[in-house]
Amino acid sequence: MSRNLVLGACLSSLVLLAALVSFVWTPYNYAALNIPDKLQSPNTQHWFGTDHFGRDIFSMIMVGARTSIAVALVAVGIGMALGVPLGLAAAARKGSWLDEVIMRGNDLVFAFPSLVIAILITAVFGAGAVNAIIAIGIFNIPVFARITRGAALSLWEREFILAARVAGKGAARISIEHILPNVANLLIVQGTIQFSLGILAEAGLSYVGLGAQPPTPSWGRMLADAQTMVSFAPHLALIPGFAIIVTVLGLNLLGDGLRDWLDPRIRVARV
Amino acid sequence: MTKQMFRTVSSVLAMSVSVLAGQALAKSDITIAMQLEPPHLDPTSAAAQAIDSVVYTNVFEGLTRFMGDGSVVPGLAEMWEISDDGTVYTFTLRDGVTFHDGTTMDAEDVKFSLDRATAEDSANAQKALFAGIETVEVVDPLTVKVTLSEPNGSFLFNMAWGDAVIVAPESIDGIKTNPVGTGAFAFGEWVQGDSITLNRNPNYWGNEPALETATFKFISDPTAAFAAMMAEDVDAFDNFPAPENLPQFEADPRFKVLVGSTEGETILSTNNKQPPFDDIRVRQALAHAIDRQAIIDGAMFGYGTPIGSHFAPHNPAYVDLTGNSAYDLEKAKALLAEAGFADGFETTLHLPPPSYARRGGEIIAAQLAEIGITAEIINVEWAQWLESVFNGKDFGLTIVSHTEPMDIGIYARPEYYFQYESTDFQTLMATLNSTTAPEERAKILGEAQRLIANDYVNGYLFQLAKLGVAKAGVQGLWENAPTAAIDLTAISWNE
Repeated sequence: MSRNLVLGACLSSLVLLAALVSFVWTPYNYAALNIPDKLQSPNTQHWFGTDHFGRDIFSMIMVGARTSIAVALVAVGIGMALGVPLGLAAAARKGSWLDEVIMRGNDLVFAFPSLVIAILITAVFGAGAVNAIIAIGIFNIPVFARITRGAALSLWEREFILAARVAGKGAARISIEHILPNVANLLIVQGTIQFSLGILAEAGLSYVGLGAQPPTPSWGRMLADAQTMVSFAPHLALIPGFAIIVTVLGLNLLGDGLRDWLDPRIRVARV
Repeated sequence: MTKQMFRTVSSVLAMSVSVLAGQALAKSDITIAMQLEPPHLDPTSAAAQAIDSVVYTNVFEGLTRFMGDGSVVPGLAEMWEISDDGTVYTFTLRDGVTFHDGTTMDAEDVKFSLDRATAEDSANAQKALFAGIETVEVVDPLTVKVTLSEPNGSFLFNMAWGDAVIVAPESIDGIKTNPVGTGAFAFGEWVQGDSITLNRNPNYWGNEPALETATFKFISDPTAAFAAMMAEDVDAFDNFPAPENLPQFEADPRFKVLVGSTEGETILSTNNKQPPFDDIRVRQALAHAIDRQAIIDGAMFGYGTPIGSHFAPHNPAYVDLTGNSAYDLEKAKALLAEAGFADGFETTLHLPPPSYARRGGEIIAAQLAEIGITAEIINVEWAQWLESVFNGKDFGLTIVSHTEPMDIGIYARPEYYFQYESTDFQTLMATLNSTTAPEERAKILGEAQRLIANDYVNGYLFQLAKLGVAKAGVQGLWENAPTAAIDLTAISWNE
């Protein structure tokens, strides 16, 4: 295993752990206001200090991890659940009208700047975590559809597929039984990368006020709230910013590491 | 030849005089930042405060005007006589007043302005100010007789509002983009989205202002506001949007901070017709569940005065009713239980963009959660707020600052967005309008404050502070805001 993979796995599991632990324990109630204790710098009572309402930032970061992961996870789930079947179908009927419709539809969604779609959706249907998930999920669909189709196309030329066809298997069955297991590696790697992009997108949406609504903590909104206070309480912005960096870096390293680890060519070379 | 020489000499003289004058005089231009850009520049057809901030007393003047301390003094009317029964006001206008386009300001213009405001199709945002006007007659070019249907003790106060300024029929068509008034400053240029420039009016009837030009710059983002002020890109900020940054300005010798009062009663507006808020016990429970000081400290960083009714503390008729809705969780819970909501209920809390609302809303939601009320926070932009809350009345709770001066009369309007209907209060307002004696008026106003406080119409939070920031050398800025205005005539540089 590469160093990237280990480091990435460590950072990612740290964030995941924080999110999971927050369900049963946080040092303080993340939503409890305590205005006399506002704007404290990191200290022994409040490890990451307190914000402008006297809330404990460590607790908010933990619960914020939950928000980020939940949004990104479901969004990537939507992208995979819809994108992979579309990609498989397009590859199975290569060159047909179905292929054209799916791929041009993908191009259309792809051509839109993803954050603009997200802002459009949340502006029309209202701000909130659920709409943020849908918005981020939608622009994940073409990513998975393309990568699946691309990989599946080359597989369709292989002999074992020909053998399966000769054996009388239909296109749908071949796609599920033979193509899907062979593109799974790619999807896992891409899923990890998309997951980190999803976390960034969630932070971006919350930053402009379109993500999870208060009092649910979210890293992006913590950054936005800190904006006018950076000059006298820099920890308010640095801490959520650092949380985002750690998470995204961790997931990217994990994605890179997984790709190296799962890639048969590199594996052969290593042996 | 001699003529030529004379010309040269005189022009040299003129130049040296102007150079000398330039040295002797201090800086004569100023850039003042505001948070909101006005939608247009006609104060007589819109409620937007930003319009008044730019044009009130600078470009447009009324028969009377507000001073920085809130007093009402003669404006375009030099003096007036009030008939014994209090229904006929005879105004004597100042002589020799001209509009910026050169036309004279006379009784016809006054009649035109008032008739326009009272007309059936009037677009005036404060029609109530003119409601009692029966006729406006031109006696001679400098005398106007206004007849009221009944005595109105606040008529001269009403005429000082930005909504009652005198406009000219000759220039009314272009008023929204090219306002022509009688003020000390004439409209210069409007760079949409950026700034508006006003230039000194050389033919002004009153004292010549110290400034030659003034630029109003629009900076909506609090972070950008802080940066612009720190970089000295602007000379003053009318009402600084981020109270948390004020200590930094205070500590910096380059700047001064002017903390004053505004007419903004900041309230937790409650939809009185929407269950369960139609039950006075529920509204009273809300009032007792709110810790005002926590909101002032948390949302406004300590700037603001607690209020217990819809009335400004700096007004002489103010009655302190904060004890009426003191923070008392036990009492709030008991009241909710009595009303049948022992386990609380769910409602919505619509929050417009200003930080008093967004931050105050988070604090109030947390405070209401203490007594079991779940208030779902819905952040909205102003346009959305006007549409769904103010006009659509589709809300449970909202936080907003009512910045019009002396606006307790809105409680007499049952169709107003918080939908308070009380015949007692309506009678009280009718009595107030027909009373002129100041002591009597103060008594009635006191009763009115008590009535709405005892009915717990809305949650009364605090009086919004005016947080002005300026370079140390700027003088004459209004510390308080008796009305939305940036009075340029009083501003000068001291360097």
